[in-house]
Amino acid sequence: MDFGPYLLLATLEGAVGAAVLALTALGLSLVFGVMRIVNVAHGAFFMLGAIVAWWVADTLAAGPALNFLAALVISPLAVGAVAVLAERLVLRRLNYNPESTIVATIGLLYVIEQVALMTYGPDARPVVAPLDFRVQLPWFGYSGYKLLVIGASIVVMLAVWWGLTRTRIGLMMRATQFDSETARAFAIPVDRVYGGVFAFGAMLAAIGAVLVVPIQQAHYLMGNDPLLLSFIVVIIGGLGSLRGTVLAAVIIGLSDGIISVFFSPTLAKIIATLIVAMILVIRPKGLFGTQSA
Amino acid sequence: MRSRWVNKATALHLGVIAVLFALQFVLPDYHHVNLARVMVLASFAMGYNIAFGYTGLLSLGHAMFFAAGLYAAGLMALFAGVGAGGGLLLGVIAGLVVAAAVGCLALRTTGVSFMIVTLMFAQAAFLATFYFGEYTRGDEGFVIPSNLRSLFGLSLVEPTTRYFVALTLFSLCMAVSFAIARSSMGRVLAAIRENEERTRMLGYNVFLYKLVALVISGAISGAVGAAYGMLFGYVGATFASIQYSILPLLWVLMGGAATVLGPFVGTLLMFYLVDISSGFTSANMLIVGLALIGLILFFPKGILGTLRERAAPWLP
Repeated sequence: MDFGPYLLLATLEGAVGAAVLALTALGLSLVFGVMRIVNVAHGAFFMLGAIVAWWVADTLAAGPALNFLAALVISPLAVGAVAVLAERLVLRRLNYNPESTIVATIGLLYVIEQVALMTYGPDARPVVAPLDFRVQLPWFGYSGYKLLVIGASIVVMLAVWWGLTRTRIGLMMRATQFDSETARAFAIPVDRVYGGVFAFGAMLAAIGAVLVVPIQQAHYLMGNDPLLLSFIVVIIGGLGSLRGTVLAAVIIGLSDGIISVFFSPTLAKIIATLIVAMILVIRPKGLFGTQSA
Repeated sequence: MRSRWVNKATALHLGVIAVLFALQFVLPDYHHVNLARVMVLASFAMGYNIAFGYTGLLSLGHAMFFAAGLYAAGLMALFAGVGAGGGLLLGVIAGLVVAAAVGCLALRTTGVSFMIVTLMFAQAAFLATFYFGEYTRGDEGFVIPSNLRSLFGLSLVEPTTRYFVALTLFSLCMAVSFAIARSSMGRVLAAIRENEERTRMLGYNVFLYKLVALVISGAISGAVGAAYGMLFGYVGATFASIQYSILPLLWVLMGGAATVLGPFVGTLLMFYLVDISSGFTSANMLIVGLALIGLILFFPKGILGTLRERAAPWLP
């Protein structure tokens, strides 16, 4: 293959990664923006979404398309329920203290991961893609499902943007983010907004995970890489800035895809993590951020 | 009044060391080895406590300092034939240098950013152990040749020597913690933890104090890493993973942050909790997770922290 088509292939792979990453990171960014807490268990929610998707497909066994659609509905709901439970039982009692919640969500990460290991086991299992056609380009054929993932991610992100800017619930969320004290004074149920945002963030991760299971298998440790990358994206995009998050996800997803096609993936990861650390050192607010961590 | 408290505290800590010294004559083999391991890991936790407990620097990257010492000693033993004495010295230097370099950069940030920056540096260090897999052998790790594992002519493979070296390391780390907690520097560190801005206003060079605390913490972690490699003979990438940054945090939280003996109490309890639970489940990190959540919810000050608050205000 010539360099041109090879680059195109790398870009496409990067775009798929960016699409899933943008959804996951958006969830993390919403939780950070509104609640001012860092959810270390976000990757565990991602993993849980993938495992529930596998479980739904395995139990239903009604053909690839139906299985997948059912998973796409049930998995985010199940993960959202777990998140609400965690928020009620743990985070609320900690009064959303930033450092305590980090420790608590590290604990939550271990609990979810180990429960997954005990029930689902250490194997990696795939879910069959809902559609099976290849887009034939002049140089190579490309999986139609992967293009669908990119499309689905864009649709979900547009829906989130619409929900945040055009609906009453979105207004409540933005008000809470802006100033939770004043929001409470205006009779906005801040506690319920927090619970909802935490669950919604986890659901976005689960949607990303359901989209990714047909490409990458479900495994109990699969949440670690998305967690790290989401962190990177949220930091570079500016903590709490949604527009920055999406932009950073596209940049990082694409470059991660392209770099790991051309260079050693370990070296690429080392360089990426060091760059992120340095960005935070030099600009603690992130590249597009307005609030400091 | 105060001097009597100091004496009481000194007596308690010397007593703990005496009990640990005596225990080796009564303990069965299995617990003998375990206790040596707990003392070494508790020294790591005490090093962590200087940054996290006394100064309020919640680092998620201490595995990097531990691994710096571990690999400095291990690689030099493997490729240059350096023994345990040189290895320990190299470990201290490696931990110190890495902590100073990381500190200069990471301490420009505070709070959540500091946690993430240390996490990122540690992640880069962890990946580096894989990237240089030719020498480090990555995940698989390597074994330090047992003929090099000797100190002053005494073999560290021997359980009694190992116990003694572990106890010496533990006592030294405890002495350093105790001295810092009692010194004027310890008070400045606590002031930084409680209110950084106010301390700066009082004219203290906050950055320098935090850097010194982190460097001491890193040097101890590096020394413990080297000692761990020399005492137990194995060097591997697991020790650089994020898990080894979180474990000292857990131990310190459990025993009580900013108490000298807290890290030891936490390490001992957690070690046996995991040890006992691994008898009936392979998912023993579940216990760690539940312990973290339970502690932060119900005992945010840890065991000795709560004890100090309720009954023994003299506890350093």
